[in-house]
Amino acid sequence: MVAQLTFDDVTLGYDRHPAVHHLTGVIETGALLAVVGPNGAGKSTLFRGIVGLLKPLAGSIVMSGLDARDIAYLPQIADIDRSFPISVIDFVSTGLWRATGIFGGIGAAARKNIAQAIAAVGLTGFENRGIGTLSGGQMQRLLFARVLLQDARVIVLDEPFNAMDAKTSADLLALVAHWHAEGRTVLAALHDLEMVRAHFPQTLLLAREPVAWGATSEALTSENLLLARRMCEAFDDSAAACLPAHRPSRAA
Amino acid sequence: MISQIFLSPFSEFEFMRRALAAVIALSLGGGPIGVFLMLRRMSLVGDAMAHAILPGAAIGFLLSGLNLFAMTTGGLVAGFAVALLAGLVSRSTGVKEDASLATFYLASLALGVTIVSVKGTNVDLLHVLFGNILAMDDPTLLLVAINATITLLVLAIIYRPLVIESVDPLFLRTVSRAGAPAHLVFLALIVINLVSGFQALGTLLAVGLMILPAGIARFWSRDITPMICIAVASAIASGYIGLVLSFQTRIPSGPAIILVAAVLYLASVLFGRVGGVVPQLFPGRHL
Repeated sequence: MVAQLTFDDVTLGYDRHPAVHHLTGVIETGALLAVVGPNGAGKSTLFRGIVGLLKPLAGSIVMSGLDARDIAYLPQIADIDRSFPISVIDFVSTGLWRATGIFGGIGAAARKNIAQAIAAVGLTGFENRGIGTLSGGQMQRLLFARVLLQDARVIVLDEPFNAMDAKTSADLLALVAHWHAEGRTVLAALHDLEMVRAHFPQTLLLAREPVAWGATSEALTSENLLLARRMCEAFDDSAAACLPAHRPSRAA
Repeated sequence: MISQIFLSPFSEFEFMRRALAAVIALSLGGGPIGVFLMLRRMSLVGDAMAHAILPGAAIGFLLSGLNLFAMTTGGLVAGFAVALLAGLVSRSTGVKEDASLATFYLASLALGVTIVSVKGTNVDLLHVLFGNILAMDDPTLLLVAINATITLLVLAIIYRPLVIESVDPLFLRTVSRAGAPAHLVFLALIVINLVSGFQALGTLLAVGLMILPAGIARFWSRDITPMICIAVASAIASGYIGLVLSFQTRIPSGPAIILVAAVLYLASVLFGRVGGVVPQLFPGRHL
């Protein structure tokens, strides 16, 4: 398999405080990877680093043959102004940015794609409603429709099924499986371990440092999960600067 | 009789025709800008900017008289200086941006008034503060029109990034670097429209022909495109009725225009289709 994303001793954080510490490893093209870990483990930080919203404090993230637009990113807390007067169809069509850019038109073919994306997430009939009228689940479906249109080779989903009911989760999970079948690389931060075990072949267990990274069944052992929880609780606010020799990486 | 009140001022007096043309140009540029100001929750930023650009516009005014080009350039320099300084101070010290912007615009306003009153006459000061739409000469009118044209063209170009940046800034950052430039260009458009407004309405009211029509439009549509059209139309209507009102009474033209817009705004608050008070009192049966 070909490496899609390569992490070389990556440390990500805020104000010099690392939130992801010394991560080394490779995500292969076409991987379906769950990122699991307690709250504050650095999952969102890692994703922000991957999509380029956060520069690594140290180390590097190499994307082979990708630029930022090849990555579709669904943040955990979307910073969306839902009072803005924009319709569902206009909002979804912003996913075509890569094709249209600032000024490109949206032709008949693109319009068909938009309609298909809206249908795929089950929002047909909502096209002309304002986004402010949607429920939480419908909003998440809307964001998935935009990701669909982005047609990205790498898809990064930060806790996409939070606060979703079973039906919505199942529908959206089916889309994730579909993306995987199409050969796209999909990363998802998740808390539902049953879902991870059932649907995600690979798992990165993160607790600021990688605890385990590999096949899901091997990564999600109870010892590893316990270790992860302990590592996250032991946060030292007045820690000294990390020594270069300190490299406890055990990533695959 | 009616036509005498509403048409004869314009058919008889050239300065009224010029004033009307200026108001239409101001509405075409200011309407869409006002809608974006409102949707981006920047209504008061527009007001602060109007004060902030005063020293620049005043220096331009004193160097070359009522030359809108000089005033626009000076205004752009002063406006960006204040916006950037405010941003710089808040980013490097942790002071909230609205607090530092308020400080800088007040300092800038004081500086502007000082420049005008030390170097100019009281007439100049009154002119800058309150404007005089009834004294539009050819070059001024032309420049107001050019500013409106530039505004509409540039807005067409940055429309898409500006909309996406308003709805979902994080998404725009992941697909494009157009967000920050679009915001800066938008700030520049605010400034050139404010400078245009100076001549007609003065620094104190220049922002009025942007914000009030946008507020009116909010009560009549849920979609941004009709909202912009309604804003432009109500700005033109306020301008026209305001000019008639000022011609037939002794109310000065600038305040007359803004007062008419305020009346339209109140009517919209009461009767607006989207969230107006009266439609809320008498909702239809639920579906």
